[in-house]
Amino acid sequence: MTVTSPCITTRGLNLWYAKFQALLDVTVDIQHGIITSLIGPSGCGKTTLLRCFNRVNERYGYVTTTGEIKILGKNIYDPDVSLIELRKTVGMVFQRPNPLPISVYENVVFGLRVHNERSDLKREMLDEAVEKALTEVGLWTDLKDRLHEKATHLQLEQQQKLCIARLLPLKPEVILMDEPCSALDVEGTRAIEELMFALKGRYTIVIVTHNMAQARRASDECIFMLMGRLIEHRRTEDLFLNPQNPKTAEYIEGRYG
Amino acid sequence: MNPPTFTATPHVLRKLRRERLAALVLSGMVLAMVLPLFAIVAYLVVKGAPLINWAFLVTNPTDGMRAGGIWSALVGTVYLVVIALLVAAPIGVLCAVYLNEYARESWLTRLINLAVVNLAGVPSIVHALFGLGAFVLFAGLGRSILAASLTLAIMTLPVIIASTKEALNAVPLSFREACWNVGASRWQTIWRVVLPNSISGILTGVILQVSRTAGETAPIMFTGAVFFKKVADGALFPYALTDQCMALSMHLYTVTTQVNNAPEALPYAIAVVLLGAVLLVNATAIIVRSYLRSRKKW
Repeated sequence: MTVTSPCITTRGLNLWYAKFQALLDVTVDIQHGIITSLIGPSGCGKTTLLRCFNRVNERYGYVTTTGEIKILGKNIYDPDVSLIELRKTVGMVFQRPNPLPISVYENVVFGLRVHNERSDLKREMLDEAVEKALTEVGLWTDLKDRLHEKATHLQLEQQQKLCIARLLPLKPEVILMDEPCSALDVEGTRAIEELMFALKGRYTIVIVTHNMAQARRASDECIFMLMGRLIEHRRTEDLFLNPQNPKTAEYIEGRYG
Repeated sequence: MNPPTFTATPHVLRKLRRERLAALVLSGMVLAMVLPLFAIVAYLVVKGAPLINWAFLVTNPTDGMRAGGIWSALVGTVYLVVIALLVAAPIGVLCAVYLNEYARESWLTRLINLAVVNLAGVPSIVHALFGLGAFVLFAGLGRSILAASLTLAIMTLPVIIASTKEALNAVPLSFREACWNVGASRWQTIWRVVLPNSISGILTGVILQVSRTAGETAPIMFTGAVFFKKVADGALFPYALTDQCMALSMHLYTVTTQVNNAPEALPYAIAVVLLGAVLLVNATAIIVRSYLRSRKKW
């Protein structure tokens, strides 16, 4: 295994939704350039933790956070951190593919449009970004003649790939995925997993999944969470073959979940 | 064991009877609503039809309202409605955008939302008194089209806010999530995604207020509408904003209550014109909405 350095680190992270504490004292180092999966039963705080990494939690309602989260060494709760720039670097993909109801082309360049003045965006630059991003997610050959079709008319698998492609022109460091395959069939799931493998290295990928088999085959490291606490974080094969914590062992055996 | 026969038991028969009864009662209620509506419209049209022709629409009332047409009232209503909505729609829509997209949940926003809901239920005569005090007297606009329109605007504002908020809420959260997670600001999210996807609902809400503004009499009778005012027949812009004007709703009221020996068909004809104008606007709203809807699919 290659030597990696932490990309995301949290120290003593606590999070409350109003009075309900959803994360308790989470301390974790997520390595650069690999795929890390977050597993655990519903309500264990996986998605909450994921949403912390680009602070998008704050858009969903009242959250209070204590502790520290660093992305590439920078504490994202520092007052000089711009959420807009943070979310450009740390993008998210959702359970249900959520292309915007505009053309494929406009979906891909949406981020560029949001982050640049209109006058700075040249047609050639946008065209190039679209081709590059769609090539990277393996959609270019299928969609190059359908760029001006509505993105919401694509197949689900294509929509999900498009949602990943939408992040790429912004040159993110981290891609967060919140159960990206649970709306997809077997083929779609396989395609997205292959895409994750193709993208790792260049991007740090953190994926929340309900599907233990997926965590097992598609991630390098695995984090098991329970009731808002981080129980175990190890290389995926070690976690599944030789869990240290009895709660992890019971969960991966399917005793609860 | 006997093979199943699947025949109805007495219990099933009872259920079926209840089912039929329920369907009968419910469809009866629909009829009870629809029939009077059609009866009223038909009655108005039959009674008013003899008077309605082009000249009736585009000439002034004459002979102390007993003859002539309704042009000055028709065009007055258009003035009032258009100005009221020009004022109320932008304020209401933007206000709703703020309340829905920016405002944080707090006792103040809860209070404001409560106020909006309650204002929507305030009787129009109360708005009329407010308009009289605020616009006619305090702001010194006098009895004028402007004062009357502003009063109507105040009356429609809370309804527009409520309907706009509903339209905004109907935009799926996933669209907003898509925006947040590429670092779009709130305004970019609103401008690029939320508004384009809610505009049909917003417009419908606004346009439906046309019928309400056109039909109200109380808010305008103290603030700008008059018994009689002569304008040039068929002139498109006969009034100045500081003028008083006639209005269809007010005209209908005065003709039925204040004018002796008016032709029997006159009030009906006025009502038909008012109704027709409102239906026309509502039909436009429906067409616009279905057009905008056909362009969005999610």
